Amino acid sequence: MESTPAGEAVEVSREALTFARSLAAEGGGVPVDAVLVGEPSAELAATLAAYGVRRVHALTGEAFASYAGAAWAAGVQDARETSVVVMAAGTPRGNEVMAHVAAREGVAMAANVLSFSGLSPFVVTRQVVGGAALEEMRLADRPAVFTVAGHAVEAAPADVPGSAEVVVRAPAVAEADLVARVVSSEEPEPDLSGTLKSARVVVGAGRGAGSAEGFAELVELTELLGGSLGVSRVVTSLGWRPHHEQVGQTGSRISPELYIPCGISGAIQHWAGCSTAKSILAINTDPEAPMVTKATYAVIGDLHEVVPAINAEIRRRHR
Amino acid sequence: MKVLVCVKRVVDSSSEVVLTDDAQAVDGRYAGFTMSAHEECAVELAVQVAAATGGSATVLTLGDADAVEQLRAALAVGCTEAVHVLADSSTYGPADVAREIAAVAGDFDLVLLGNDAADSGDFQVGIRLAYELGRPVVNGVTNVSVADGIVTASGAGTDGHETYRVPLPAVVTVLEGGVEPRYPTVPGRMKAKKVPIEERSPVASPVGPSRVRLLLPPPAPSNVQVLGKGADAAPAVVDLFEQLGVLSR
Repeated sequence: MESTPAGEAVEVSREALTFARSLAAEGGGVPVDAVLVGEPSAELAATLAAYGVRRVHALTGEAFASYAGAAWAAGVQDARETSVVVMAAGTPRGNEVMAHVAAREGVAMAANVLSFSGLSPFVVTRQVVGGAALEEMRLADRPAVFTVAGHAVEAAPADVPGSAEVVVRAPAVAEADLVARVVSSEEPEPDLSGTLKSARVVVGAGRGAGSAEGFAELVELTELLGGSLGVSRVVTSLGWRPHHEQVGQTGSRISPELYIPCGISGAIQHWAGCSTAKSILAINTDPEAPMVTKATYAVIGDLHEVVPAINAEIRRRHR
Repeated sequence: MKVLVCVKRVVDSSSEVVLTDDAQAVDGRYAGFTMSAHEECAVELAVQVAAATGGSATVLTLGDADAVEQLRAALAVGCTEAVHVLADSSTYGPADVAREIAAVAGDFDLVLLGNDAADSGDFQVGIRLAYELGRPVVNGVTNVSVADGIVTASGAGTDGHETYRVPLPAVVTVLEGGVEPRYPTVPGRMKAKKVPIEERSPVASPVGPSRVRLLLPPPAPSNVQVLGKGADAAPAVVDLFEQLGVLSR
C-alpha cells in the first residue's frame, strides 16, 4: 500500500485493493489486509476502510525509517501471517518489494498482472514486452506473489466497508536487510518526469520534430495548454531533448486527459507509456501510422505546419 | 576492481510482435534481436566504473549460440572479457537465471544488470541474484560510482532523487537514462571480434519460467476521428481543446 506525502492512498494502490477484493471474493470471502510503512493518517485509514480492508499492518521502528527493499519485504513477511496472496501495485517500489518477498519465500513472482483466471492452479495474465503481449503464468499456492499493472482495474470502494483496524508492528529486521537503504533523498527538479506523469495535457514529439531546434512551436503549444512536453526514445537518443522527458516503456508512463503526439509513429515501446491517456490527438503525415490508427482524434499533416497554426488559433481566441 | 555486467538477447520489439507457433515465445525471425535498453546503460556504467577503478568489465549472457552477438556488442563498446553460458534461455525462469549468474559472479566485486528485461519484464533477476550471493542489492538506479570499497548508486525514487551507499561486493540494477550508451567505433568492433569468449555449461537444470502461454492482446478497432489536414485543421483542434476543457486560458 503506497500513499502520497500528504497521507492519501495513491490511485494504483486503490486499484490494487480493488483487485485484491475481487480475488478475496473469488476465494470465498477471505479478508483483505493492508501493509504500510508508518501509521496511517485518519484520511488514509478511512480510505482503507472504504476499500474493504479488515486490518492495517503499520510497520514502525528505525528499520523502516528510510527505504530498504529487503527490510520492507521482511516487514511484509512478518505482517502476512497466514495470508496466501501477497500483492502490491506495479510501481517501481511495488515490483521491487514483491521481488524481494518472492526471493525470500522461494516462489515465483508475476509483475504487472492484469487479471486472474482460476485459483487452483492460480493463473494470472500479465503484461510482457511493454504490454505488446500478454503472458498467462502459474503462481505458487502460498504465497502467490504479484504486482498489479496500472489501470488493470478501476479503483472502486467496497459495497461493505471494512473495519481497517490498525495493528502497529515493529518487527526485528536483520542487519543484512538494512545494508542497501536510502541514505539521502533530494527533492526532484521541477521539470523532472513527476510533472510529466501528473500533467493534464502532454504534448509529445518524435522524430518528426526534425532537430533540437524543431521544438520551438511544440514548446509554445505546451505552454499555451499549460501542459508538459514528452518525447519518444529516438528524440532522447539523438540528444535533442533530455531523457527525463521520455515517454515509453523505459521512460515515463503517462495518463493525461489529453495526449498530443506530434510526428510520433507509435512504436510499441512508446505506446506502452501513453496507452492509458484518456484521449489522444495524433498529428502525423502518415494516416496509417499506428499512433494515428490508435488515436481518438487525428490531424494528417506536418507538425511544423499544423502546430504553428494551432498556436495562432489559440492566441487569436484566447488573447 | 572486477565488474560483471549481465545482458540478455531479446527480440527487437519496435515493430509488430509475432508469437511462435507454440505460443511460448516472441518470434524474432523477422524483427531481429538486441539487448534491453536498461542493459545498454548497465554496460556503459560497467565500462565507466572499470575505467575509473583501473579494473575490468566482463559481460555475461545466458542464451543460445546466437547470443554471442550481444556479447560482441558489449565488447565493442568497452567490455574486455565475455562469458557465455550456453543454454536455451526460453526454458529458464528468473530464479534459474539468477542461479546461473551466481555461479559466475562469485569472483566479481560489482555485478550490474538491467532493472528488467524488455521482453519478460520480470523485475527480479538482480534481486534473486543478490539472495543467491548473500550480497546487498540496489535497484533501478541511473548513476553508479565506486570509491574506497563503497558503491554509490542513485536515481529517481518515490521521494525524489535517492542515493544508496553499499559496501562491495554488491549487486546493482540499472534503469535507462543516467548515461548515454556509447556507439561502437569501427576499431572497437574489429577488436571485439577477436576477444575470446569463455563458454560455460549451466550448473543446474532449469525449473522453468512458470509460463502457461503467451497471447497477443486483441487489436483495438480504430475509432479515430480525423479533424482535418494540415494547417486548415487548426480551428477544429482548438474547438476540441475547448470541448475537453484543456485550454489553460
